[in-house]
Amino acid sequence: MSTVATPARLPSSGVNVKTVNRVVIYGLLALFALFYLMPLFVMLVTSFKTMDEIQNGNMLSLPKAPTFDPWLKAWGETCVGLTCAGIKGYFWNSIKMVVPAVIISTLLGALNGYVLTKWRFRGHTLVFGLMLFACFIPFQSVLLPMATILGSVGRFGASLRNSVGTSFGLGNSTVNLVFVHVVYGIGFTTLFFRNYYEAFPTELVRAAQVDGASFFQIFRRIMLPNSMPIFVVTVIYQFTNIWNDFLFASAYAGTGDSMPMTVALNNVVNTSTGVVEYNVNMAAAMIAALPTLLVYVLAGRYFVRGLMAGAVKG
Amino acid sequence: MAFLEIDGLRKRFGQIEILKGINLELEKGGFLVLVGPSGCGKSTLLNTIAGLETITSGEIRVDGRAINDLHPSKRDIAMVFQSYALYPNMTVAGNISFGMEMRGVPADERQKAIDKVAKVLQIGHLLKRKPSQLSGGQRQRVAMGRALVRDPKLFLFDEPLSNLDAKLRVDMRIEIKRLHATTGTTIVYVTHDQIEAMTLATKIAVMRDGEVQQFGTPAEIYNNPANVFVADFMGSPAMNLIPATIGDNGSGLAVMLDREARQPITLPMTNAPVGLAAFKGKPVIFGVRPEALTDPEGAERNASQIATADCHIEVVEPAGSDTFAVTNLGGKGVVARLRADANIQPGTSTPLAFNLTKAVFFDPATENRIR
Repeated sequence: MSTVATPARLPSSGVNVKTVNRVVIYGLLALFALFYLMPLFVMLVTSFKTMDEIQNGNMLSLPKAPTFDPWLKAWGETCVGLTCAGIKGYFWNSIKMVVPAVIISTLLGALNGYVLTKWRFRGHTLVFGLMLFACFIPFQSVLLPMATILGSVGRFGASLRNSVGTSFGLGNSTVNLVFVHVVYGIGFTTLFFRNYYEAFPTELVRAAQVDGASFFQIFRRIMLPNSMPIFVVTVIYQFTNIWNDFLFASAYAGTGDSMPMTVALNNVVNTSTGVVEYNVNMAAAMIAALPTLLVYVLAGRYFVRGLMAGAVKG
Repeated sequence: MAFLEIDGLRKRFGQIEILKGINLELEKGGFLVLVGPSGCGKSTLLNTIAGLETITSGEIRVDGRAINDLHPSKRDIAMVFQSYALYPNMTVAGNISFGMEMRGVPADERQKAIDKVAKVLQIGHLLKRKPSQLSGGQRQRVAMGRALVRDPKLFLFDEPLSNLDAKLRVDMRIEIKRLHATTGTTIVYVTHDQIEAMTLATKIAVMRDGEVQQFGTPAEIYNNPANVFVADFMGSPAMNLIPATIGDNGSGLAVMLDREARQPITLPMTNAPVGLAAFKGKPVIFGVRPEALTDPEGAERNASQIATADCHIEVVEPAGSDTFAVTNLGGKGVVARLRADANIQPGTSTPLAFNLTKAVFFDPATENRIR
């Protein structure tokens, strides 16, 4: 009986329980956030420290004399394997591979989605099902067959160069990577666009048909201008995936001058001549992560909105 | 030769036949309304005229030219869609001129055409706006502008007013009728609203299950329905369809209406349709519109056959302009339309005048008209 004796104090004890709950919840959340952000924090502070400070100081302490040198060294001087010209060349390699791969796979996905929803043909569900299936293929299982295909494409390119004078880029490892990423990206981009276009009013397409617009005119003038949200989602998704890809990059362009950023970063860290330059490694890793970060910051608002529009309605 | 001719049109989706042999024709400058309940095939029929759906067999001719194998853009038609289908990424002016742009009309001619249409529809001040910045009525106007600017042989409207609120719908209905009168265009119009059909059409095709039930002028459809479906579908409130028996009162045929716990009503027919004689002693469906069942003072003066009978009034609905009274005949609620100031009380008996000139009879087995 004594536990319920004083009704006057009940409200205040209720408030207390509430406050305690709040503190526990937010405390835990803060702890998890801290745990999650710790590696990023260590990377950032380390990349601005000198080697002396890293070897003698605390890993978590802020840099006493912040220096930009490790970033400059990572960008222009550090050794990747045997060449010591920094990672800048490989950074551009990645850009040269990612931009065409993202644009081509996104446009093809949009075109597929357009056909699968607005120009339905016999067996369109089967085609879509197979494309969906492409999303679930483990990439390890296609490494060898794809290597064989790229090998024969390369031989064809070489014979073209001998006979015509140019290989049209066939056999070039950047082109190879673009090809591989486009092929394995189409499944996802098609899925995104099909779901978005499923909810896209068909009457607009019909109106354009009556107005005399052709298949591609409808695509370019009606569908694409009204697909901004899903376009952004697809671009972010593809950009992040292709930029971060290590498996295909190391398998098909793991050596030589066209090596992408991810492989180069791995080689920077694994180069074992003398002391391990943690600050340079961290700076290189940060540089490698920047483009995806930038894409999120610039288009992130659309990402959430687009995911809703495409996924939920479809 | 009619301007629009549809000849034995059939449309099949797999095993299901959507349109079962449609034959229609429309004169130049006519206004054809396809009306029917949802799923009757009226929108499919319109889409086949537009070329947005292929046909299985039959022929569609406009101005003597078969168009059923042509691409929609080659048929010289314009269409107003139910959702208006305005391109969201283009301005109003861009929407109106898109079709001309696709056909390679030079920019200055496009501008002239836009200005002309904007003047007709009074949308000049909206030309720079995007569709999302327009109200429902304004979108409707722009959609009509997009169709008008092409100056086509044939206009197709697919339930254009169904997304508007009741008041705006009436305004736009009048607007469309005015537009038709001033421009003299040929229009095919789909709706499920029988009032729109009656008010707008020069010809109505009432459809059900992929078949035309009746094709004629609004007056023919309203006064001479071919079967029970048409009689029931057209008119608001709907026609009273009362189970009755045909009897003989000595001097001629008479309609007998059963009543609950009362003597049956006998209405003598002096000018019965010829076919009715064969139904003597048999059940028929007696159809009488509410306005042909009134208080004796309100009955039409020059109707040749009026029979009066006492009826027990169950419900009275004053609607302002009229008063509707519900009585029970042949086991069904029957609506009578009285003058607004008719002195009538529910639960009492009052004489009602049946205007038998306007009455129609149907065979209960086939539901077809007895003529």
